[in-house]
Amino acid sequence: MTDLSIRSLAKAFGGVRAVNDVSFEVARGEFLAMIGPNGAGKSTCFNMINGQLRPDSGEIWFERANLAGLAPREIWRLGVGRTFQVAATFGSMTVVENVQMALISHAGETYRLWKPAASRYRARALELLEQVGMKDAADRASRELAYGDVKRVELAMALANDPRLLLMDEPTAGMAPRERNALIALVKRLVVEKGISVLFTEHSMDVVFAHADRIIVLARGRLIADGDARTIREHPKVQEVYFGTGKTFARVEPKPLEPQP
Amino acid sequence: MNVSGFIFQALNGLSSASGLFFVAAGLSLIFGVTRIVNIAHGSLYMLGTYVAYSLATKIGGGFGFWGGIVITACLVGLLGAAIEFVLLRRIYRAPELFQLLATFALILIINDATLWLWGPEDLLGPRAPGMRDAIEIFGRRLPTYDLFLIVIAPVVLWILHLGLARTRFGRLVRAATQDREMVGALGVNQAMLFTAVFALGSFLAGLGGALQVAREPANLAMDLTVIGDAFVVVVVGGMGSITGAYLAAVIIAEVKALCIAIGTVSMFGMSLNFSKFTLVAEFLVMAAVLIARPYGLLGRPQGAVRGVADPEDPMRPATPALKFLGVVVLGALMAMPLMAQSSPYVLILGIDVMIAVLFAASLHFIMGPGGMHSFGHAAYFGLGAYGAALLVKWLAAPMGLALLAAPITALLGALLFGWFAVRLSGVYLAMLTLAFAQIVWAAVFQWEDLTGGSNGVIGVWPPAPFSNSSVYFILVLLLTVIGVLALRRILFAPFGYAMRAGRDSPLRAEAIGIDVKRVHWLGFAIAGLVCGVAGGLFAFAKGSISPETIGVGRSIDGLVMVLLGGIQTLTGPIVGASVFAVLQDTIMRQTEYWRALLGLIILLLVMAFPAGIVGGVINLLRRWRTAS
Repeated sequence: MTDLSIRSLAKAFGGVRAVNDVSFEVARGEFLAMIGPNGAGKSTCFNMINGQLRPDSGEIWFERANLAGLAPREIWRLGVGRTFQVAATFGSMTVVENVQMALISHAGETYRLWKPAASRYRARALELLEQVGMKDAADRASRELAYGDVKRVELAMALANDPRLLLMDEPTAGMAPRERNALIALVKRLVVEKGISVLFTEHSMDVVFAHADRIIVLARGRLIADGDARTIREHPKVQEVYFGTGKTFARVEPKPLEPQP
Repeated sequence: MNVSGFIFQALNGLSSASGLFFVAAGLSLIFGVTRIVNIAHGSLYMLGTYVAYSLATKIGGGFGFWGGIVITACLVGLLGAAIEFVLLRRIYRAPELFQLLATFALILIINDATLWLWGPEDLLGPRAPGMRDAIEIFGRRLPTYDLFLIVIAPVVLWILHLGLARTRFGRLVRAATQDREMVGALGVNQAMLFTAVFALGSFLAGLGGALQVAREPANLAMDLTVIGDAFVVVVVGGMGSITGAYLAAVIIAEVKALCIAIGTVSMFGMSLNFSKFTLVAEFLVMAAVLIARPYGLLGRPQGAVRGVADPEDPMRPATPALKFLGVVVLGALMAMPLMAQSSPYVLILGIDVMIAVLFAASLHFIMGPGGMHSFGHAAYFGLGAYGAALLVKWLAAPMGLALLAAPITALLGALLFGWFAVRLSGVYLAMLTLAFAQIVWAAVFQWEDLTGGSNGVIGVWPPAPFSNSSVYFILVLLLTVIGVLALRRILFAPFGYAMRAGRDSPLRAEAIGIDVKRVHWLGFAIAGLVCGVAGGLFAFAKGSISPETIGVGRSIDGLVMVLLGGIQTLTGPIVGASVFAVLQDTIMRQTEYWRALLGLIILLLVMAFPAGIVGGVINLLRRWRTAS
């Protein structure tokens, strides 16, 4: 059963076709990595799915809705959570208030003017924080946190609307190698428990090959490969875009030195 | 109205566009490079007219006039360089709000300096030597000087354009407009560049002002009128685009001229005088442009501004100590009418302070937690005050009804203006709100039949028992306490949190389903509503309301109150407003030059106490705690 189905997605900036006729699917409960060299169109593709960019053409089907052209908040309401490449939390709130804010919004109580927000859904927020291992920091100001911890808080916020699909744009960017694996392992455990499908982009190859169920590879705006870790590793086109054809550094027969006069 | 009349008015419009263009171009240039909106730019323009007047009359003759104009422009340019060197250079890294306030302080100081040097009289310069005639166009006489003005603006535009395109300096200016940090990283002396650009922008303002000397009298109100218009021009044309400034100046001047040309039209049995709608027309042009192109006709989205102020601490509910303090203060205030027997002035001061507190708290609501730096909060104060006063004047409404109408009028205004305002951010929002406030002010001023024009509305006294100032004091106290507590309650409620979420990280807020624009729009409306209450109370406290009490000055007073107390705390605006109102009612009224004094206080505040009084106290307490 498919959860997210991308059909012929395309976006051009001026003359540059950043994403060119890309189609793929994410099955329910799948942990799908999107990789590709710089400028491959990963972020563009991602931002069309999460609503920050409007596609030129193509469809993005999530369950029974076409997400193409919807605003980020509408997409969130349909049950899609997301985290940012540069983690963003509300700096003037405590950690638990950040998660409470997401829960309040999910409950449709954003416009309530009277009951204090600090008392709303605190228990549920603490529960989510516990799942990401941040319960002890609940009442600290979120701007005081270390970057890796901010990413965890963000994950808790992304889970607040019980999403069925989670979009993660470079979840481990800016983190130390040891933290990276811990975070991805945590994500993987949570989504398996909750049956959430995940689409994530990633630069760190060891993370991708260790955890992803399936991998798709973009290069120059096109999808060039799709398969499990082994298929991708041995895919000739993937090797070509990542390592080159080998011709650039091929051994050129050295000319014999001219004898000096 | 015939075709010839239209063409004549169109030419008239072009000549008035030139002055507007010079100010707007200078403003735009300076903003592009330094990212500072120089609100004092209108003051430089005003100085230009005054200096040119003095040179033209003291030296006299062709040189006194024409040479005087050039000398004036150079002098004003030098003054601009001096201002940049002494003041602005210190605050490039300060939050935007402080920069705006600092340049506003300059307006106050320059205005009082002008008053001191030239006196309060309007001064009309001599007619231009060599251009005293008028030429006949379609049976009407157009002064030759106006024709000269029509030509000079495009000429200066062309010279500027060439200068920016061909010279090294011009390339640096354009590069810095796109990315000033990159220019700095490439080893360009930024300090020199900034000073030079400021001097050039000031030169243009001085030139624009000096050229007006033969056309309109120099007067002390020019600074604010001109800056209001210039803001509209810059917003319409696009920040940082000089061609855009010219285009916008022409469009706006032409639309105004068209309104005058149409004159009175009879439609459906009603006669409509379009010449009274010049200001509304200006507003409509701006609104239309902002909807279609949020960054102006030729503007581009602003690059991200790197390096902003520290984020604030999470909000905590009031501590028992603070609650106790609040109750004590409230008790003391309730007891004030008892003291009034010996000194009745205390109550009047008390009412002023209360109204200031309500005004400042409503402004803080959108400025602090909402992150929307409104420079035109006086608009909602004025709408409330006039809403109440006009109801009393025309319908002889009882006070209760009038005080109910005040917040409703203000709410409607805030809903309308806020809808546009939340589509912008940062300096654009500040300028737009200021322009809206100017429009409210001008509408009140121009619509004499309804509002009594500059005389205002008088005889708005509260009926018995409120005619007793003790009773009225209690009423004001009650409404103020309710207003402040309600705002506080909302800030702690989900809505207040959503407003802060939208300010802290709009992307993240949208990604958890918050409609940031809508939340901020409603926040704007709530602030307007509460501010309207303050306006209504003010009208009844003074027994009258006039345009001068709802001018830009009041908007800025509000900003000073909020910053004086400290923007990052909820008690800040209350303390700031109290201190400010007491200062204003006691010390400042002692001197004729209180504006300059206020300006100096603002500068001191901006330079020395960026966290405000309450912020400063908190920092002190913290240091004391860590030390012990």
